[in-house]
Amino acid sequence: MAKMNMLQAINDALDLAMAANEKVMCFGEDVGVFGGVFRATSNLQQKYGKDRCFNTPLVEQGIIGFANGLAAQGSFPVAEIQFADYIFPAFDQIVNESAKFRYRSGNLFNVGNMTIRTPYGGGIAGGLYHSQSPEAYFAHTPGLKVVVPRNPHQAKGLLLASINDPNPTLFFEPKRLYRASVGEVPEGEYQLPLGEAEVLKEGTDVTVLGWGAQMEVIDKAVEMAEKEGFSCEVIDLRTILPWDVETVAESVLKTGRLVITHEAPLTGGFAGEIAATIQERCFLYLESPIARVTGMDTPFPLVLEKEHFPNHLKVYEAIRESVEF
Amino acid sequence: MTTTKYKSVYTPVFTDGSEYHIPTLKLLKQDGSLYKGGKAPDIDKDKALRIYRAMVTTRILDERMLGAQRQGRLSFYMQCTGEEASVIGSAAALDDADMIMAQYREQGALAYRGFTIDEFMNQLFGNEKDYGKGRQMPVHYGSSKLNYMTISSPLATQIPQATGYAYGQKMAGDGHCTIVYFGEGAASEGDFHAGLNMAAVHRVPAIFFCRNNGYAISTPANEQFAADGIAPRGFGYKMDTIRVDGNDILAVYQATEAARKLAVEENRPVLVEAMTYRLAAHSSSDDPSGYRSKDEEAVWREKDPILRMQNWLTKKKWWSESEEKELQERMRREVLETMKRAQKLPPPPLETLVTDVYDEVPPLLNAQFEKLKAHIRKYPDEYPKSAAHVQGGA
Repeated sequence: MAKMNMLQAINDALDLAMAANEKVMCFGEDVGVFGGVFRATSNLQQKYGKDRCFNTPLVEQGIIGFANGLAAQGSFPVAEIQFADYIFPAFDQIVNESAKFRYRSGNLFNVGNMTIRTPYGGGIAGGLYHSQSPEAYFAHTPGLKVVVPRNPHQAKGLLLASINDPNPTLFFEPKRLYRASVGEVPEGEYQLPLGEAEVLKEGTDVTVLGWGAQMEVIDKAVEMAEKEGFSCEVIDLRTILPWDVETVAESVLKTGRLVITHEAPLTGGFAGEIAATIQERCFLYLESPIARVTGMDTPFPLVLEKEHFPNHLKVYEAIRESVEF
Repeated sequence: MTTTKYKSVYTPVFTDGSEYHIPTLKLLKQDGSLYKGGKAPDIDKDKALRIYRAMVTTRILDERMLGAQRQGRLSFYMQCTGEEASVIGSAAALDDADMIMAQYREQGALAYRGFTIDEFMNQLFGNEKDYGKGRQMPVHYGSSKLNYMTISSPLATQIPQATGYAYGQKMAGDGHCTIVYFGEGAASEGDFHAGLNMAAVHRVPAIFFCRNNGYAISTPANEQFAADGIAPRGFGYKMDTIRVDGNDILAVYQATEAARKLAVEENRPVLVEAMTYRLAAHSSSDDPSGYRSKDEEAVWREKDPILRMQNWLTKKKWWSESEEKELQERMRREVLETMKRAQKLPPPPLETLVTDVYDEVPPLLNAQFEKLKAHIRKYPDEYPKSAAHVQGGA
């Protein structure tokens, strides 16, 4: 075990993937000698050469189009989109191409080897265009996998699993935690399962569900709630698509209450999808309405970021209201 | 950093590129003779006849299937008519192991590679033998064994993909390249710029083959761009660029053969602009009489690429009237018989609705599928294509 921050863990995962398979290639804007604006690809070009780790022109639709073709050819592209806010020029390539490649060809061709890494989320004074959490747009697209890690250990294991998974995978990295989150990370290669949520803490009164950087927010909120005597079960969804209904439903059948939190705006957010499915599965067991603690239905603000943010106080209040309903 | 040497001026000087005139490569006259100074590429009789048969097959398939669409047998169709030399001439200049990424009007390339009439028909009718499992509209062919990437309807998405595919070929060092086809309309998409610029920067063995056929559905080329066609854009990417008479099989072949050499031997991507004409409608849903004249079409009918090649073959004594008659009759018969056969095959099984979304069906989708099956069992008469697949199940 070694202590690492999330960037180091991601860099370690990429390093191991490139060492294990010469068909793994990392590319994107500033990814080459500079190692990416967050330094996630540091030293990879120096170690594996310019052919396997390189800068691309500044064109997101080109980066993902290139990755689609490269994956179809049999290579393992790991494409970086510098900020999730800038993934939209590539939306067509992801939604109409990556996601549908296998289906439309009757499995003659696929781009399952591809992984798209991109930093998401707020809390870094990034304003409208360096803060968004666009996971729900992609969760609406069958054929994609959408993964969000919560800490360095998870980031390494889930990224290695994403690279090796035979489906195109979007890997959203909580950039607020890039350096803030430090933890023990096993050495060498290991993979954590995609499509499986993880119960981080068992409890009996209420299930609190999130992913990525919100897990840290949940931890603080639950600490407050437990002091008030509320027993919380905490779940990290980890994979947004396809998501693990069973683990969440099983928990809510036990607790009868569910609080879901994400940074993205409320309307059309993935919490709505979870709430709809869980009320269907657990209707007669619910003790209170399923609560959603999310960003507001505004563009991501700057100066009033704290007000907008679904922080631990708002999550705590939702837990309390849910239990005392 | 750039290696371009800049020359300074001390008063404003603008340039719009008009000083460049991109010539058009032409070898074959309509009567089958060669232009003075032109030298036919090295094509032996077998190859010439393989090309010619693919052209005729494509023309007959297109005529018959448009007819079938008009009779209501088929939901939709798109013809290659008028562009056979562009598509087949270029495909013939490649190695059969090179990847083809087409737009949707390049069935001629597939015919050249050896896609059988049965394989065409199975896709057109979306029957149980369709490789695409009945998921896409007619003409969205694909063949992994013939290195022909399955067609995707969104325009130009295949262009940056070709750049990526070719990069993989370069890394694999297998000496193969990728050709990507698109129309002059699709070249307006951002993906065109993305794909060509990245190809030039990353030096990939790719051939960007533009079929400038004059129209994007109803929009004429002069409403698509102000410049002199697509070729001048190649300069901006510092890409080797050539313009060719797209109805001239020999010129297309020669240009593509030379392009392939640059791509494979020097990792220099190439832009080819083939000047041709879409003699047919955009698709079976389109009617060109609303936006162009019969006179205009007649001018291009005189430049028919298949007749031009036939005249060349006849002059070389590689082809006779009786062989032409035999081929025409045989292909018409085969198309008709195969169509009848393909039409009778059952649709793909119900499970193909949910397979291939992922490598495995995820639990949530599986639950939806079980629910659907129960529903079909309840209303079997409403779902004649799939009711038989769910009878007797739990």
